[in-house]
Amino acid sequence: MPPVDVAAEVTSNQPLSADYNVLTLAAPAIAAAAAPGQFVMVKAGLGHDPLLRRPFSVFEVLRDARGAPTGISILNKRIGASTELLYAARQGQRLACLGPLGQPFVPVDPPVEAWMVAGGVGLAPFAALGESLSGRGVRATLFYGARRAAELFYLDFFRDLGVELVLTTEDGTAGERGRITVPLERALASRALVTPGAPPMIYACGPEAMMAAAAKLAMRYHAPCFVSMERTMGCGLGGCYGCVVAVRGPHGRAHHVRSCLAGPVMAGDQILWD
Amino acid sequence: MDLSVRIGTLTLQNPLIAASGCFGYGVEYADLVDLASLGGVAVKGLFLEEREGHPAPRIVETPAGMLNAIGLQGIGVRRFIAEKLPELRARQATVIVNICGTTLDEYVELARILSDADGVAALELNISCPNIKEGGITFGCSLNGTFDVVSAVRKVTRLPVVPKLTPNVTDVSSFARAAEEAGADAVSLVNTFLAMAIDVETRRPKLSNIVGGLSGPAIRPIAVRMVYECRQAITIPIIGMGGIADARDAIEFMIAGASAVQVGTASFVDPFIWPKLLDGIRSYMERHHVARVADLVGTVDTGPAAPERSGA
Ligand SMILES: Cc1cc2nc3c(=O)[nH]c(=O)nc-3n(C[C@H](O)[C@H](O)[C@H](O)COP(=O)(O)O)c2cc1C
Repeated sequence: MPPVDVAAEVTSNQPLSADYNVLTLAAPAIAAAAAPGQFVMVKAGLGHDPLLRRPFSVFEVLRDARGAPTGISILNKRIGASTELLYAARQGQRLACLGPLGQPFVPVDPPVEAWMVAGGVGLAPFAALGESLSGRGVRATLFYGARRAAELFYLDFFRDLGVELVLTTEDGTAGERGRITVPLERALASRALVTPGAPPMIYACGPEAMMAAAAKLAMRYHAPCFVSMERTMGCGLGGCYGCVVAVRGPHGRAHHVRSCLAGPVMAGDQILWD
Repeated sequence: MDLSVRIGTLTLQNPLIAASGCFGYGVEYADLVDLASLGGVAVKGLFLEEREGHPAPRIVETPAGMLNAIGLQGIGVRRFIAEKLPELRARQATVIVNICGTTLDEYVELARILSDADGVAALELNISCPNIKEGGITFGCSLNGTFDVVSAVRKVTRLPVVPKLTPNVTDVSSFARAAEEAGADAVSLVNTFLAMAIDVETRRPKLSNIVGGLSGPAIRPIAVRMVYECRQAITIPIIGMGGIADARDAIEFMIAGASAVQVGTASFVDPFIWPKLLDGIRSYMERHHVARVADLVGTVDTGPAAPERSGA
């Protein structure tokens, strides 16, 4: 189905911290078609400044009491002009929202386990994915790293889904102190000893260095791995070639693919991490 | 109401063209936009061979605009003809192929190959991409180079030849004149303005290529001025562009002297902009009793302002 452009009403704006918020948007058509890992292009304001739309992963798919899709939410972090406006968005305001776009996560089914690896705002695609995994009866773990305890969000949401949590913070205020790839590596190593030949599916989203580390660990332990790449996008539709990712091309040469069409979810072993 | 415009031997059903590099190969939009409803589709710049372009980051937003340094990533002319042109033909798009070479011979070869292909309406010679050192910009920044590449291509094709001019020169109109003298059917302008953005926290350029081309509403007044200047200098049609974001902007270019217009950056923001632009042009024509959109071209009134029109 081709993407649709909706003048989506902001139905709520929930601040999570001084930098993060969750916006819920009324967009039944997008919600009905969206698969975990896909994204929307959102125009933060009217007029020419800021000009471009911004890509956001579909954070949650919202449903009414009967289970019918009503909208989506996005996880926003203040880093520039557009995200600043979205942090301050008011309920009732309308935002142009185009989607769903891009390649979703490749799902798994039991007995394969799913390990989600999130860093900071890289949590963005995992609420929807966690929900879908739990609906399929897949055992899931979320490895989630942030700067500090106050920036670990939606923990109860994942607990309620039955997702096991492994947390790290840079300052040690929650979970283990350090990088999330440290407990990830430990878990992969001990699992390889206990149940060799049954690797989990790894899904990663976060800073590029974190995704590179997760993808390399997955390769070392022969686990399949998909990452959600973040790039500045011009259009989200394949028109501008602005959002490319370097992948292994024919004859081992680097080949640039558009992350809006070939991604944002891509196989970790295909990407040329530098 | 007649919306058609003429570009040399080519008649476009309306003056709206998707700008090169901003609409992929057109096929990416086939399910979103009725390609047959556009005046034309200018496809992403093509070399003879495939090219990978520059690494990311390739684009960055700036006030009311953006910088890009894509580096002309592309599939090469043969794959374009085999893989993209058939669908464009099936969708009845009016296809303008934007071509780039590093040598005169490459432009000639591209023109020959595309002249034999079925479904190409015109050739736009990209001698103005600011993002690659070895590319056609060396032609586009030299009057002799512009003359030579246009006349060489002119000799080998019957397709309309439309050199695309760079704004990164002191006097664009002299380049328009060189193109006309060399036998161009029209000129298109402007390509992007060479520009730069730096992250002051890290002191690193925001683009991998260090510099890039500025497009979007920020450049519109300069582009309008350049179209106006070229209109005084040449008699062949001008395809105008640079920051067009609504129907009034498009009409402004036509009044300044453009027979047709291209829209790039604004179509990123609103991929469904085309019917809105067309409706806006139609309602302007109704309001101003203009029967043929071509009658708007170059009608800017620069005489002394009548007292009752001078405003406050
Ligand atoms: C991402 C991007 C890629 C572009 N690629 C090309 C290209 O391949 N060939 C070309 O002649 N112009 C290219 N251009 C220039 C546009 O066709 C157009 O001249 C310019 O962007 C000004 O119009 P606008 O402000 O409506 O975008 C590109 C522009 C952008 C933004």
